[in-house]
Amino acid sequence: MAALTAARSGARVIVADEQSEFGGGLLGTGIEVGGMVARKWVQKMVEALAKWPEVMMLSRSTVTGYHDHNFLVINERRTHHLSNPASLMSRERMWRVRAKQVVLATGAIERPLVFTDNDRPGVMLASAVSVYMKRYAAVPGRSLVVFTNNDSAYRVVHDAIDAGVVVKGVVDLRDDGVSAAADAARCAGVPVYLGHAVTAVKSNFRGVKRINIGRLSADGRSVVAHKGAIECDVLAMSGGWNPTVHLHAQSGGRPVFDETNACFFPGVSVQAERSTGACAGEFDLSLCLVRAVEAASEALRQVGIDPVTVDTPGTAQHSEAPLRALWSIPGDPVMPRGKKFVDYQNDTTEADIRLAAREGYRSIEHVKRYTALGFGTDQGKLGNVNGMAILADALGQSPGAIGTTTYRPNYTPVTFGAIAGRAVGEVLFDPIRRTPMHEWHVEKGAAFEDVGQWKRPWYYPLPGEDREKAVSRECLATRQSVGILDASTLGKIEITGRDAAELLDRIYTNAWKSLSVGRCRYGLMLGEDGMVMDDGVTSRLSEHRYLMTTTTGGAAHVLNWLERWLQTEWPELEVFLTSVTDRWSVTSIAGPKSRELLESLSEGIDLSPETLPFMSFCEGHVAGIAARVFRISFSGEVAYEINVSADQGLSLWRTVMEAGKPFGITPYGTDAMHVLRAEKGYVIVGQDTDGSVTPIDLGMDWIVSKKKDFIGKRSLSRADTARANRKQLVGLKTENSTVVLPEGAQLVNGFSSSRPVPMVGHVTSSYFSATLGYSIALALIKGGRARLGGTVYAPLLDGQLIKATITEPVFYDSDNVRQRD
Amino acid sequence: MLEIECPWCGACDQSEFSYGGEAHIARPKTPADLSDQEWGDYLFNRENPKGWHREQWCHTAGCRRWFNAVRDTVTCRIKAYYRMGAVPPEEDGR
Ligand SMILES: [Zn+2]
Repeated sequence: MAALTAARSGARVIVADEQSEFGGGLLGTGIEVGGMVARKWVQKMVEALAKWPEVMMLSRSTVTGYHDHNFLVINERRTHHLSNPASLMSRERMWRVRAKQVVLATGAIERPLVFTDNDRPGVMLASAVSVYMKRYAAVPGRSLVVFTNNDSAYRVVHDAIDAGVVVKGVVDLRDDGVSAAADAARCAGVPVYLGHAVTAVKSNFRGVKRINIGRLSADGRSVVAHKGAIECDVLAMSGGWNPTVHLHAQSGGRPVFDETNACFFPGVSVQAERSTGACAGEFDLSLCLVRAVEAASEALRQVGIDPVTVDTPGTAQHSEAPLRALWSIPGDPVMPRGKKFVDYQNDTTEADIRLAAREGYRSIEHVKRYTALGFGTDQGKLGNVNGMAILADALGQSPGAIGTTTYRPNYTPVTFGAIAGRAVGEVLFDPIRRTPMHEWHVEKGAAFEDVGQWKRPWYYPLPGEDREKAVSRECLATRQSVGILDASTLGKIEITGRDAAELLDRIYTNAWKSLSVGRCRYGLMLGEDGMVMDDGVTSRLSEHRYLMTTTTGGAAHVLNWLERWLQTEWPELEVFLTSVTDRWSVTSIAGPKSRELLESLSEGIDLSPETLPFMSFCEGHVAGIAARVFRISFSGEVAYEINVSADQGLSLWRTVMEAGKPFGITPYGTDAMHVLRAEKGYVIVGQDTDGSVTPIDLGMDWIVSKKKDFIGKRSLSRADTARANRKQLVGLKTENSTVVLPEGAQLVNGFSSSRPVPMVGHVTSSYFSATLGYSIALALIKGGRARLGGTVYAPLLDGQLIKATITEPVFYDSDNVRQRD
Repeated sequence: MLEIECPWCGACDQSEFSYGGEAHIARPKTPADLSDQEWGDYLFNRENPKGWHREQWCHTAGCRRWFNAVRDTVTCRIKAYYRMGAVPPEEDGR
């Protein structure tokens, strides 16, 4: 009714229904609505709604979460019911909806009664028995007894008679009194035992065989007389109804206890939502329909839509007498045995909750955790209110004073697949970034490494080579002749504007205003906490134009970082940032033959060391392609990074490979790159640093300006950052020079009687150096700079203890002669 | 997930934004003059109020501009947005 009101008034509407068909509780009843059986009426309503183009009808769709700012998540199950779903059809779909207004009509869940033997097979909720018979035409038994504290359960009496099931009696906890429902049952020839309770259930694996009933004392706390046994095979029970207030509570509302109906009603709305029908505590069907129209009208008015008038049909439902809340029902006074279950999934019993109270638990949240009440997959939908009320009884309080546990999303369990949605497989999980030369790497059989979203060649194995052999060959070739590396993934940010140098000065630890056009400089940037954040070479392209390079993985972060400072702290600086990572391809050639190779390909570029010294760049043509050539080195060899526009990258690469043949040009991947730089003691941010390392810890005092301020500078003199015993970067040489320490290995000073053995540091990078003929490692060791020449040990998982000497972190060409050549 | 109104692009889902924490924490002009305590305050200490909170957001997956919002940390209601450098709107309840 609410949806129809909204649709007719011109609103866009989503109707999400958890069940496979629309209709909710009406599907399982024989009630008449608008002069026809409820099911028929539902069908007419659904047809009427389907005519509206702006109404989306979602069945098998559960609103599992009601989040901030009216954001609702709907879990639609698309294929579970299909015997042969299309292979590409997603099994579930997650709708993420930002609703202007929400009408919750989530109904109510029938409550079990807490009595002896209430978890025997064949003891069922009364509404479930009705649904089997009325909706699915299946009888759960041949002879039925109903056990109730309210009028609603009397419906099953008539449903059962209609279905040809013998109804042996109704056991009603309420005292003698006038009840139209009881009278109607009696008229149908069913005995009604008012003021009685079921005290025991006898059953076997097939189900119930017989029940015992007894007369209750006036206060309902004891059974005063055994009444007798009734043979039956199904016991239908009803302890009243709990409005499904979950989504209201998730939206921020606090349910309040209603003494008359002995259940929690929705409280004050916090977001743009309202509950209607049984979930709002309205159990009269005719009124439910009226209230639904009212709820929709109110929602429409909130968004400025005039609601149209919608007539509601009459129903044949009778008004009901109040229930009797008897939260725990006494058992047999002579032979009290058997358990009274509260949580059917976790087997939490009434006695468990009373024990928790005796143990001193007062808060329902604590009792929940002590007893596991409500921790099952139903999250307490059946048992929680009973449990809360029993705790209240044990503590001498009202259930309202105890309150509910927190209703959290999700309402029902959601599969990880539904949450992941389309983000699956190679293609859709995460974007893949490939360099312009990727195709060539694949052709040459490169093994790839994921670096962020990038695919980078890791090494290029020749037939019969393993990783170690390939990497050694690539390293040696680069040191002896010339190697070629695809460095396109390096982050590149173009920085322009009058104050570009000023920005660099504030961001990097070293001075930038003195850098002349055509020159390059290495820079280190810190977080404001003084810890190394990123590094790279920045070149001055022209007066007010710089090209910054960042680590491959840090590019986006650095761009955001610079942007943030400019926008939030230094708006007076005139600087513009542009990410140009994808704009340029970078072919890096390194090794003693790299100059000769490049000379054979370049036009208009003077590669002589006098004209193009180390840490400078020039523009010209390489292989006929406009290029920027940067003479910078991460390998310690003479090296050139040739930047050409991305669409020319592959062409250039192929030409360089061809021209390099006489020199035995060797492509190398990230693994060899790592070895070459480690031999030189060049750190990789994120590998040799971990966010807790300062430039001083790295022994890079030389790059930290004493004169100017920069981000993070003040932190370097804080007590903890200036402490002498910080972990510092050192080199390690293993005693047995062929042993390569595992990266991440912890380091100790040797055997120690204290446990755990005090750890003094860890290995950050470790390789076998083919150039040097022994294994090398970089490590962060407490007070390491003062321990050069000393010994540490790496205890390995297999029990080995590897002995190593602490050295300077530079293993090769420590005077930097080669790269300046 | 919140719905956030970028002052430039209008209302978008929170997943397009990144959070910048408490607003109006100016970087000290001369950090070298600060005691460790004062620098530590700037660096680490935040108000973390229960109630209205002036905070920075960036429309990272949109126009990439930073702006300020006043949000209730209990209900997540956002009552005002204003640009960087603008005077914050009157605050109640604080
Ligand atoms: Zn924006």
